[in-house]
Amino acid sequence: MSAPGTLQFCIRLLRRQLLLAVRRPIEISNPLVFFAMVVALFPLGLGPALENLAGFAAGTLWIIALLSNLLTSDAVFRSDFEDGSLEQLLLSPQPLYLSVLAYIGAHWLMTGLLLALASPVFALLLNLPGQALGTLVMSLLLGTAVLSLLGGIGAALTVGLKRGGMLTSLLILPLYMPVLIFGSAAVQGAVSGIPAGPYLAILAAMLCLAIALAPLAIAAGLRISIDA
Amino acid sequence: MFVRRIARCIIAVAMWPIFHKFGSPPWLYAISGAILRWMLPVTLILLVIGAVWGLMFSPADFRQGNSYRIMYIHVPAAVVALAGYYVMALAGAINLIWRMKMADVAMKAAAPVGAAFTFLALFSGAVWGKPTWGAWWVWDARVTSMLILLFLYLGVVALYEAFDNKEAAGKACAVLSLVGMVNIPIIYKSVDWWYSLHQPASIKLTGESTIDPSMLYPLLLMIAAFYALFTCCLLLNMRVELLRRESRTHWVGSLAKRECSDVL
Repeated sequence: MSAPGTLQFCIRLLRRQLLLAVRRPIEISNPLVFFAMVVALFPLGLGPALENLAGFAAGTLWIIALLSNLLTSDAVFRSDFEDGSLEQLLLSPQPLYLSVLAYIGAHWLMTGLLLALASPVFALLLNLPGQALGTLVMSLLLGTAVLSLLGGIGAALTVGLKRGGMLTSLLILPLYMPVLIFGSAAVQGAVSGIPAGPYLAILAAMLCLAIALAPLAIAAGLRISIDA
Repeated sequence: MFVRRIARCIIAVAMWPIFHKFGSPPWLYAISGAILRWMLPVTLILLVIGAVWGLMFSPADFRQGNSYRIMYIHVPAAVVALAGYYVMALAGAINLIWRMKMADVAMKAAAPVGAAFTFLALFSGAVWGKPTWGAWWVWDARVTSMLILLFLYLGVVALYEAFDNKEAAGKACAVLSLVGMVNIPIIYKSVDWWYSLHQPASIKLTGESTIDPSMLYPLLLMIAAFYALFTCCLLLNMRVELLRRESRTHWVGSLAKRECSDVL
């Protein structure tokens, strides 16, 4: 059997990751259930008055999306690190940059994309005004992709450590903050009638920068973790 | 490709003696001791002159009165906190590229020192914010990004401690600090890009500064003093780290024997 081309290899890797996820559907639905549960926490904690909820909705939805992304990104490389297939990947002649993008892409498809598509339902639960729904979905689509890439950096650096969970959060939360600022500002702007285009453009610019640079950091982190 | 390889060879040949010396812990320990011997008194003198000048002799601000004098602590601490991050990230990059152990020592030593200066900037800012903005803490762009800077420093410290393999720890922290570099220009420009309670930069290298010389000179003196203070803290911390890493070697043993005989 001849070795697959680079692009073909990445598509196979992406398909493998998605297949693994589909075989265990509970892993796909967990972030969504988490999202729904935390949404329920806010009316309980802040009081169920609809006008109050509408004021907080943009920020809370973005924070919840960020948290569910944070909780899932720790596991992106873990199982493959433990069974040794990650080491095989590093030894293979395929460029690690693209393989890493395939891993992150699969993670985003399973968490960020689904969260963004499901977010209008949760937005209605929190009484977010209807005119902001489109901006919410767009900002989450762009923003969660950046979050997945940044989360991958933390996951790669801590994958070799026995107790990574809390540490990963400490490492990547500061990097998440700029995304949160622009993401929730876009939705907040749409609520109050300000055009959200510039905010979405900044999120898209962040995404371009993250796609260009984050895989390099992730690849370096994986090499360090495998060597250790 | 070819040109780059030649350039790398030239750099390697020209820099080799320096690299070679920097790679030697006893040499670094000795030279840092020699530097500290005159650097510590200079720092102390600069700090005392700058503080007395700024706090007692420079004129009071016509709007803020005397409370503006916190500036002489706040601004230098913030400037050095940012510069410290560059030192840390640069040392980390050198460790990643050239595998220099002493760069790793510098990076590890810079993280807590930088975190301390960032905390000082945030704390003095809070003290200053109470009389001028009416609140201890305001979520303004620059305050928030400085808080992120503190978290980045603390993340590097936490990551370093989490690894058992210290070589891997150094490299992982280097990657993390290089990633965090993205934040530094954002902090610098935050007051120009976003509406913020902070004023835009008053000191400019090109063009006219918007701060009166009677306030500018003590401020510049304090900034110089804080840079010197940072260097002293960094070198002291590096020496401790060197001794800890090399505690089983001959030169540390003989050093300890000499120090003990001096005390006795």
